[in-house]
Amino acid sequence: MNPFPGAGILAFIIFCVCVATTVAGGLLAVFTVRIIRSVCGLALCCIGLAGLYYFLHSPFLALMEILIYVGAVCVTIIFAVMLAEPEENVSREGRARDLVWMVSAVLLAGVVFYAVSRLGLSGPWPAPPAPPGDASVKAIGISLLTTYSLAFELISLVLLVAILGALVIARSGRTKP
Amino acid sequence: MNISEPIRLLLFLAGIMAFVGFNAAYLVWVERKGAARFQRRPGPTEVGFAGLLQPIADALKLLSKQVIVPPTSDAILFRLAPVLVMSPALMCLAVIPFGETLVARNINIGLVMVFAFGSINVMAIMLGGWASRNKYAVISAARVVSQDVAYEIPMLLVVITLLMVTGTMDLNQIVRQQAGWFWHWNLFKLTANPLMPVTFVIFYICMLAETNRAPFDMAEAESELVAGAFTEYAGMGFGVFFMAEYANIVVGCSVATVLFLGGWQSPIGVWSGPWWFLLKMYFLVFSVIWIRWTFPRTQFYGLLNLSWKILIPVSLFTLVLSSIMLKLF
Repeated sequence: MNPFPGAGILAFIIFCVCVATTVAGGLLAVFTVRIIRSVCGLALCCIGLAGLYYFLHSPFLALMEILIYVGAVCVTIIFAVMLAEPEENVSREGRARDLVWMVSAVLLAGVVFYAVSRLGLSGPWPAPPAPPGDASVKAIGISLLTTYSLAFELISLVLLVAILGALVIARSGRTKP
Repeated sequence: MNISEPIRLLLFLAGIMAFVGFNAAYLVWVERKGAARFQRRPGPTEVGFAGLLQPIADALKLLSKQVIVPPTSDAILFRLAPVLVMSPALMCLAVIPFGETLVARNINIGLVMVFAFGSINVMAIMLGGWASRNKYAVISAARVVSQDVAYEIPMLLVVITLLMVTGTMDLNQIVRQQAGWFWHWNLFKLTANPLMPVTFVIFYICMLAETNRAPFDMAEAESELVAGAFTEYAGMGFGVFFMAEYANIVVGCSVATVLFLGGWQSPIGVWSGPWWFLLKMYFLVFSVIWIRWTFPRTQFYGLLNLSWKILIPVSLFTLVLSSIMLKLF
């Protein structure tokens, strides 16, 4: 499959659409007052992110992003929202405190953004990124259980902590008089 | 054939959209005719020969109706939901191999693609129900989530079982492995896993539940919930939901055909081609309609119990058995 004339421009346009989707989804998730819309923004952001992963030659990761984040996480969040609060009560109190939080959040986000981008652009990378494999089940399984086994185990630790936290919250709610 | 890539992609795009539209329209006709025949009445007969123009007339009627957005609803999400429910089916069909070369985009992880985009369907129906701000619609949305989450688990477990047997996620490769006589199909691959027919039955049941078809049509249980998540939709908004149901059935049956029934491979070893795929797929679609008009709707607790108490343990068992067989032989 050889590239046809104009393929580069088309790819660039699709890349821009992916970036715009990610940013728009993130902004929507943050700025809207209706919580259900912010979940939709999160889903949109994940879809855009999946497109960016596809551009980074990792279609498996892109599809997993959609399967897990859009298909499972966002559905769970919406389900929780549905169970929790049917009507949105937007309270307009404590504006001064809101301003303080906003400024500190923006500052923190700026610092994190600067640090991550500086690290990404000029950091000394000890090993070159792994070449894009053939994305077969076998290759993914081998890399998960050999090269990246430590990260794989650490992720399971995160899940364990999440389960424990859920249990603690659920129990405390139940035993309270 | 020497067709340049963009033209090929455009042709496939038009082809898939036409395929989905045609199927969605005419499966409604098949459903009505089938329902009628199962109940010993003729079904639609007036518009065209044997009522064949009925879907067109219905579509024109729906298109000419006013699309009413309830004032209390979340207008953007309300309009977005029908689009969101239709588009995953179109995306999924892009990787389904209709024939050896008749596939829009053969990626080597086609199976993940189908399930990734299939999972958006739940969110779409839920958003539609939620945005309507109608009690029936919200109940229906909650039911859709609990049902689809419950049935996604055994479905994925079954697919993993199959994946261990095939060793590839390339849908065309999976079909190629099933060449030859029909006992080479994954359905009858008893040497790899003696419970293969059971996994097919589990997959089929989960597909019925995921597409919200009777006996699992809790989301639009007409006798309890008016029309479920679609209660507030008028005109073509409702029509798109209706079309999406059939489009999803087509996708589900296509995946079942590719995974278990040999896709475009001929059952007798010769004359393989897309016609066999269509034949098998439409047989499954017909069986889905057949089941709808044969079995009454189950209770909601019965539905969840079936998944959590029967299907998940059985599918876990087939998974373990398949891995043991893989290690031993």
